[in-house]
Formats: sequence, C-alpha cells, structure tokens
Amino acid sequence: MENTGFETINLGHGSGGELTRNLLDKVIFNTFSNPFLDQKHDGAIVEINSKIAISTDSFVITPIFFKGGNIGELAVNGTVNDVAMCGAIPKYLSLAFIIEEGLKMTEFERIVASVKKAADESGVLIITGDTKVVERGKGDKIFINTTGFGQVHPKANISVHNIKAGDKILVNGNIAQHGMAIMSEREGLEFESDLVSDTTNLNFLVKDLLDAFGEKIKLFRDPTRGGLGTVLHEIANDISKGVFVKESAIPLEKQVAAACEMLGLDPMYVANEGVFLVVVDPSIETEVLALMRNHKRGINAALIGEFTNEHPNKVVMESLIGGKRIVSPLVGEQLPRIC
Amino acid sequence: MKHLSEYRNFEATKKYLDEIHKITTKEWNIMEICGGQTHSLVKNGILELLPEKVRMIHGPGCPVCVTPLNLIDKAIELLEKGVIVCSFGDMIRVPGSKKSLLEAKAVGGDLRILYSPLEAVSIAKENPDKEVVFFAVGFETTAPANALSVLHAEKEGLNNYSILASHVLVPPAMEAILDDKLCTIDAFLGAGHVCAIMGMQEYYPLVEKYKIPIVITGFEPLDLVQGIYMAVKQLEEGIYKLENQYARVVKEHGNTAAIKVINTIFEVGAREWRGIGEIPNSGYVIKEAYRKYDAEAKFNISHIKVPENPNCIAGEILRGIKKPNQCDQFGKACKPANPLGAPMVSSEGACAAYYHFSTHLTE
Repeated sequence: MENTGFETINLGHGSGGELTRNLLDKVIFNTFSNPFLDQKHDGAIVEINSKIAISTDSFVITPIFFKGGNIGELAVNGTVNDVAMCGAIPKYLSLAFIIEEGLKMTEFERIVASVKKAADESGVLIITGDTKVVERGKGDKIFINTTGFGQVHPKANISVHNIKAGDKILVNGNIAQHGMAIMSEREGLEFESDLVSDTTNLNFLVKDLLDAFGEKIKLFRDPTRGGLGTVLHEIANDISKGVFVKESAIPLEKQVAAACEMLGLDPMYVANEGVFLVVVDPSIETEVLALMRNHKRGINAALIGEFTNEHPNKVVMESLIGGKRIVSPLVGEQLPRIC
Repeated sequence: MKHLSEYRNFEATKKYLDEIHKITTKEWNIMEICGGQTHSLVKNGILELLPEKVRMIHGPGCPVCVTPLNLIDKAIELLEKGVIVCSFGDMIRVPGSKKSLLEAKAVGGDLRILYSPLEAVSIAKENPDKEVVFFAVGFETTAPANALSVLHAEKEGLNNYSILASHVLVPPAMEAILDDKLCTIDAFLGAGHVCAIMGMQEYYPLVEKYKIPIVITGFEPLDLVQGIYMAVKQLEEGIYKLENQYARVVKEHGNTAAIKVINTIFEVGAREWRGIGEIPNSGYVIKEAYRKYDAEAKFNISHIKVPENPNCIAGEILRGIKKPNQCDQFGKACKPANPLGAPMVSSEGACAAYYHFSTHLTE
C-alpha cells in the first residue's frame, strides 16, 4: 500500500472526488489488483458457467480488532463460508466499506491488508466494491459488507429437505471460541485469557467432503450468531423433525468452557466463525468423521447427534448426567446472569 | 474446570439418584430456594430423573424476578434524566410498566451492562460531569459488592455515584412462604451462595419453628441430587434438622468480612417483593449515614408506583403454589421474547427455565 498522506479518514474520502480516488488507488486498487477489478468499471463482468451460489453479509463488530483477527478477515471468511455452506466453491467477492470519519488510516490499512490475506487464503478475488464515509457518531468506526459468488459443486445436493430421520450431525471443531474471544475484549468485560477467534475459511474442507461423498452430504450450516443451539433449532423447525444431541459429545475447549461458566453464558448460544455442522447419511458417518479429522480445519471434529421422528421441531440434549432438556432458540442477546 | 467435571460426573450423580429412588416411599414437595438451583435442575434434566413422588417446587430466589416493577420504572426514569445507569445483564430485558431498560437504551439512554458494581465506580470517576447509578438488586449474595462500591465511592470522594438498591433477604421470604395457608412445602434446599455470605446461623430457628428440614445446597448436578437425597432421607426418617451439603463453600459463620461491609452500608428494613408484596424486615435499606448514595433519595423518584400486569401469576409461581406450565399465559401471551412478568425473563426465573429447557413442553 502507498502512503495516502492522511492520518485519519475524513468525509472527503467518501465524496467521490479527488480524495476518494487517492484512497482507492493507493489502498484498494493496488492491494486487490486483478483483471476484473482493474477494469475500474461501475461493476465487474465475470463469466460463471454453472449453477452459482450467492450470499451477502454485513459486519458491524465491536471491537474491530480482536485476538485472532479483525473485522477484515471476518468479512471475507464469513461470506466465503456462507457460500461454501451452499455446497459451492467461492470465487468472487464484492467489498463495501462504510467508514466513520476519524478512523485512523493505519487501522484502515491493517483491515484492508487482512481482507487481502484472507481472500488469498480462501482463493477468492475481490472484483467490485464501494467506499462511503459517514459523519462521526453515525457509524461505529467501520462497517463492511461483502457479497460472495461461488460455483456450486457438481456433486452437491445441499438442502434441508433431504434430511431424513437417522441422519447424523457432525461438527468440525470446538464451539463458542469466537464469541468468547470477542467477549473477553469487550469494554467492561475484559478478562485475562489466551482465547483467540477461530475465524477461518471452511471452503476447502467443504470441497473435500463434497468430492468424497457427494449427495450423501445433506446439509452444511455454519452456526455463527445465535450459536449451535439456535441453528439446530432452526433446522428442526424447517423440516418438522427432532434433533437429539449429547452434551458430552459437543467439542468445547476447556478455557472456553471456563469463560462461559464464569460469565454465566451457555456455549450452545455463543457465536462461532470457523465452525460448521454437516448432516450426513448414517452409512458414511465414520468416513466423514475420519476425513474431517484428517483436515486442518477439522482436527477436533465430532459426531454430536442425529435427526429423529420423535419430538418434532424440538432439539433435545442429553446432559452430562443423563438427564434431558430442550435446547430452545436464543431470544435477543444472551444476557449474563446476576449471580 | 476439574472441580466442575467432578460435580457433573455421571456415575457419582447416578449413585445419589438411585439412592433417592430406593428410599422414597411417600410424596414430598421440596422447594429449592435459589433461581440458580432451578436453572441447574432444568438445564441438567434432573427433574425427570427424580422419582415421581419427589416434586421440586421452585422458590423465589431469582433476584430479577422479585425486583418490583416500579424499581424498573425508576431506573428508566433515571436513564431519561440523562443519568448513566449501570446494571447486571439480566435486568435489562425485564419489562417495566411501559418499557424495559433495553428499550430505554435504544432511544438514547446511557445504559451499561456490568459484571461488578466496582466498574460503575470507575465509570463515575471517568465521567465527573455525569451522574452514575448502579442498579443494585439481588439477595445477600450481591449485597457485599454493592455495599463495597459505596465505600469505594466514598474513599474516592465521588459525589456523582449512587445506587438504586432493592436488596432482599432469603430467611424472611422462607417464613412468608411457610406462613401461607396454601403452603405445601415439606423441605427446603437452602441457597448455597447466600449462605456462603451469611453462614448457617439464621436457619436454625426456622428449622425449629416450622419443624422443617433445610439442606443448604450447591448448584452443580451432583450438589443438587445429594441435597435432594439428604432432604428426602430426613423426611422419610421423620426428622428435621439443618444440614450443609455445600460445606466446601458454606461455613457456619459465613464470610464475616463481607457481612461487616454489608452492615456498614445497609440495615434491615421492609422491602417490596414483586408478586408477593411488602414483607417486613425482608431487605436491606441504605443507612442514614450513607443516604447521599441512595439514588431514590438523590433523584426524588421514590413516588413512582405502578401496578403489576394482572394476567401474570408471578406471585403464585414465586410462592410455589403453581408451576409455570399451569399458567394460562405460559408459552402463549408470555414468552421470553415478550415476557408479561419477570420469571419469564431471567434465565434463573422458573418460567424461563421451564420454557427454555424443560421437556415437559414436548407436547
């Protein structure tokens, strides 16, 4: 990136005039340069000769820098993963910034560098974008929107409606890590920990699973906001089936469990980034688990439960001591308890 | 975490559950006082593992649930006056007469969610031109930290810090429940964390007066099944005494340093309980010498009084007369997203615990 000559972003950087051009040329275009973006057209013209998957997401996180990442890589990985969850290979991303005036230029550059790194790592190109600047107080440092486009894998047949009773549910790794890492740095809640966000791309593991098992994979879903509990509940409701999970099978790192315990939060509702669940035909559960555990994004993969015709629309969890309870969806934000 | 895994151990818990099944011959109603215990009972699915004859009745020990409606309106009034109001997390969604603290925040109120009242003192120090109020609710458990915040503010010479206090006490609530003609409680599980502060002394007279077993109990699954076992054993043997299941935390005389801090700032006085009404000598009020830290006096808001929602039977729930799923509004007009009363809000509230976790809801 070249020096823009500015220490902070001001309203002029979003005016569309000289300052905008300066910012785009020096920070954006030379970072993300590729044949599509370099056309500097109003939009990008690309060719995709297959079914395509499209997903969009806005990122409004506080704090924007956290242990294990920043809003930039989150904005790439989040959308890349959403496209991957459709059974697609992510190819292109749009990238739109809404910046609050006063953001330090060095912070913006750090974020842009992280976007670039995350895009390279997941094999996607930034092909179009937008930059707006709003008055101080009208934003929260920086908001990012990304839209992802991907080619649907030829062997993929991902649909919640393909799920049958007896199908198995697996997750690729430890849950609740991202949410607790963010929580540990949030104003007023800071606590000492080594927790880092698990933000990462999941598209390569998804592709390997589809290459190997094709349509025996019924569903991918990444339980970001609302956590694993909310997502399981949504799926159960979509298809009027029950979900049965075992608490003892759900992978949870000790430090994350301790932090949840301390703050009175339930890890089933804490946000994830590098986590996805996959629903598979019971005939392949062992092979799927083995493949996942052999992949760097699935070392802690686990079989956590299955779909059932009993208790339709309900997620029932067997507790560590063998009791049963319902996992209901999260209502509003998860609130810490008094004592 | 080792400590936690020990108390969530399947084998150890099963051993006590088997014993409870073995010794139970009659029907018993046991009330767990504390909302934390209710939460753990339902979250771990313990209720359905107990014999049908052993029924758990969920007590009033949820601080959010017993905080009177008008206190929430008072906190909202403070927000609207431009005061920085600091609160524990689960108070903020409780509906007041018109809105909740969360809704008051959405329209511009400066509401901060904190884990410790001492953080509120820091906020007061950092904002000398603003008034800062900590919404000090809870039982004996949270009283020491709230009292300590006043002592810290005094030490720092802060004139812009005060507390909106609604502290309630467990033993008077137990008496009120036992004095109720409709009371069917045979034994209590005492609130472990409250006793960690206050000790065991206050409970001997209750055992004697009402001839009722009380077992001070912790919060993990193993604690709870052991506490229930101890209570059932007393009942089956026809004896009544005070026992301490939670001895790893609760000592005979409690935490004397914490009690001293409480007694510096607070004195015992009448308190209003949501759904139950005013109980004499059932709470802490701020002593005269510290009145300048009392937000009610400081901001002249003590006149605010509002009636409860007539469709909410929180009072009967909190006294153990009805179970949440026996309420006509339960799961229909009253849900966690739109609660009619406080027990549906807090994760410790009996109604929310039933709504979220209980498999009784399968139908």
